[in-house]
Amino acid sequence: MSERAAKVTPADDEQDDDQITDSAAPDAVTEDDAAGDDAESPAEPVTTGAESVVRALENAGVEYAFGVQGGAIMPVYDALYDSDIRHVTMAHEQGAAHAADAYGIVSGEPGVCLATSGPGATNLVTGIADADMDSDPMVALTGQVPTEFVGNDAFQETDTTGVTTPVTKDNTFASDSDRVGSDVSEAFALAREGRPGPTLVDLPKDVTNGETDREPDAPTVPDTYQVQERADSEIVDAAAERIENCARPVMLLGGGVIKGEASEACREFAIEHEIPVITTMPGIGAFPEDHELSLEMAGMHGTGYANMAVTHCDTLIGIGTRFDDRLTGGIETFAPDAEVIHVDIDPAEISKNIHADYPLVGDAETVVEQLSEAVDSSPEAKKWRAQCQQWKSDYSMAYDAPEDKPVQPEFVVEALDEATSDRAIVTTGVGQHQMWACQYWTYTEPRTWVSSHGLGAMGYGLPSAIGARLAADDDQEVVCIDGDGSFLMTLQGLSVAVREELDITVAVLNNEYIGMVRQWQDAFFDGRHSASDYGWMPEFDKLAEAFGACGFRIDDYDDVAETIDDAIAYDGPSVIDVHIDPDANVYPMVPSGGDNGQFALTEDQL
Amino acid sequence: MKKGLEGPPPADRPTPAGRRNKQGIRIDPEVEATHEPRRTVISALVTHEPGVLSDVSGLFSRRQFNIESLTVGPTEDEDHARITIVVEEPDPGIDQIEKQLRKLVPVISVRELEPDAMRRELALIKVDASRPDQVAAVAEMYGGKTVDSSPETATIEVTGARQKIEAAIDTFSQFGVREISRTGTTALARGTDRTAASSTAQPADEANYEDQYTHTANDD
Ligand SMILES: Cc1ncc(C[n+]2csc(CCOP(=O)(O)OP(=O)(O)O)c2C)c(N)n1
Repeated sequence: MSERAAKVTPADDEQDDDQITDSAAPDAVTEDDAAGDDAESPAEPVTTGAESVVRALENAGVEYAFGVQGGAIMPVYDALYDSDIRHVTMAHEQGAAHAADAYGIVSGEPGVCLATSGPGATNLVTGIADADMDSDPMVALTGQVPTEFVGNDAFQETDTTGVTTPVTKDNTFASDSDRVGSDVSEAFALAREGRPGPTLVDLPKDVTNGETDREPDAPTVPDTYQVQERADSEIVDAAAERIENCARPVMLLGGGVIKGEASEACREFAIEHEIPVITTMPGIGAFPEDHELSLEMAGMHGTGYANMAVTHCDTLIGIGTRFDDRLTGGIETFAPDAEVIHVDIDPAEISKNIHADYPLVGDAETVVEQLSEAVDSSPEAKKWRAQCQQWKSDYSMAYDAPEDKPVQPEFVVEALDEATSDRAIVTTGVGQHQMWACQYWTYTEPRTWVSSHGLGAMGYGLPSAIGARLAADDDQEVVCIDGDGSFLMTLQGLSVAVREELDITVAVLNNEYIGMVRQWQDAFFDGRHSASDYGWMPEFDKLAEAFGACGFRIDDYDDVAETIDDAIAYDGPSVIDVHIDPDANVYPMVPSGGDNGQFALTEDQL
Repeated sequence: MKKGLEGPPPADRPTPAGRRNKQGIRIDPEVEATHEPRRTVISALVTHEPGVLSDVSGLFSRRQFNIESLTVGPTEDEDHARITIVVEEPDPGIDQIEKQLRKLVPVISVRELEPDAMRRELALIKVDASRPDQVAAVAEMYGGKTVDSSPETATIEVTGARQKIEAAIDTFSQFGVREISRTGTTALARGTDRTAASSTAQPADEANYEDQYTHTANDD
């Protein structure tokens, strides 16, 4: 068996000269031109595999790494000790992976997480799977038992590459101290190239401890990985013609629009041709929700008007979306009159769930620009736009908030939105609160909405707020809208936020239920609340104080605005325990596998 | 305060006329279009390194692709291995298998073979040796070779297309088959046609696509 990477590893400088110049970008690091621009103090040459790993991280521009120490990863941590990379010690590896994931979402650059072998690595898995489902760029580095013990069920051994194969874009078992730095560089390049995703390098202790003087190669993807940037121009022309001649167009923007930095191009295109715009959940922020053309999010808990529009359109321009079932509902009734134009960088997404009549494989920004050039006239869709506006008023998002009832969650979300700037970043757990955070916060900028979409992992909120905080600009507030059940899963991360003095506001929408489950039980299981009643919740404000954070509590409407202002103003982590109406439910709702146009506005309509 | 959600209830809303089938393809609601599964051979050229086979087989089980056989072996280039997979799926599924395989980083190229490709399987068939002459005659009929014989058993090696092997096993069953071991299909494109097309090649255009993929496999 040969080493995959043998091709890009210069065995000795002379012999492999071409390959170096071939694969290495101009910023390749050689011994004379060591890491960084700081020509005056060239970095020390590497002496171990672990140092080469850290050098690869530095070369890739890594600022932060999130992780937890342990036996098998210790050599890497030892090498980090001398590095400028700031390591953020997390309270649990799941948190490390979520923090890295959120860092990747907000910054666009892969977030890095580290864990030791065995339990450290398995604790990362949820976060890796989350990044995989949402195509977030991330690099996970895991310690592994020394090579000679691998396969023997040694202490803290887990087949980490085996366990993570289904949930990584690519993973590598590092087998050579001379190669290990380049393995990490390659993992970096792969994590962000094309359709982003998580990559993993498993690092046996003897490989990181082993001697080497080899500097890692520049981050380059292997030559078997090819990405198509521009879509086939014939199909672009055909799609353009379809757009020019249709009567009921809709643009559906997915997470790929944000990851592909195509928000601006999509905005221009939609506005120029006056095409109504819908987003998926990961696509939130791709188009300003306060714009007239915006119909906001479609799908299970999307707006009624987005679901009417997607159901009745005759031309659906889907960009960077994988047509997840939470969006489509039943396939048979999804946009059933529409010809589908599908833009995606991943050819495997085309016609996977919804057949694409116009498959446009390529980078979202590039393809939207191609389309822009090809479309000569705007569709005659005045009537359709008027219809969409009519639906917007027919099915407007609203809620009752009677004074004599407990605080309604929607009110809290709106109040948080009002108290913060347009660029504030929202992170969430998973459940009803996540849906209210989608529905009642008005997003206007990409990379301000951070959530666990595809995997739907409870516990995502707080650790992702930590990662988001470190990636965000100082003037961007970071607000975590969490559920009591979700918060309980990873709240040990508060210790990290306190230690790192992170300015984060957590609003726990506390209904003493795992509410989304309770809502489904009420709707589909005769109200039998099996294991969804969480009446034993701690007092989160006091718990926050115990961690050294600032605790707040909201019980009625009078407290809302002021308490939120105080919590946002507090310079450090704060937690608001918001006691909301335990019976509040999320509507509209398309039941699982249902027809988007048949969304229910109340429980009796289900 | 605002009023709760309102608007016409589901029953009062217009519904569109169209419909899609399970594969997300728009169909005439009156005639349900179904895609019948067909059997075909997919050949993948991969880098020869540990873990690739499990990447590929894991992909198949994870995505619930219906796999008939999978064989793997080295090629003329020691850095590469070839994986030959026989699948039975409807066309959109076959297309998806190819695309998903292409996504794996160690996969260099993927191709569905033409129906006229050479496909061969090897089987070892161990039968009771009570009627050695007849066993030898059947073996000869299928171009088989006796590779082991004992007073009680004879083991015959047969190679050929799957159908031939099935037929041979059928015929041998009259003697009492004790054990069978089969390799699964391996295949190469005919003539100068390269089995492993370059992975940069785009999928054939639609017309060509239909043409290429709708022949039934006659050799298999
Ligand atoms: C890790 C994990 N376990 C279980 C679930 C299933 N689940 C989905 S929503 C939900 C309820 C979440 O409750 P909570 O965090 O309190 O939020 P709420 O719905 O009350 O706003 C559960 C249990 C999940 N999504 N993730």
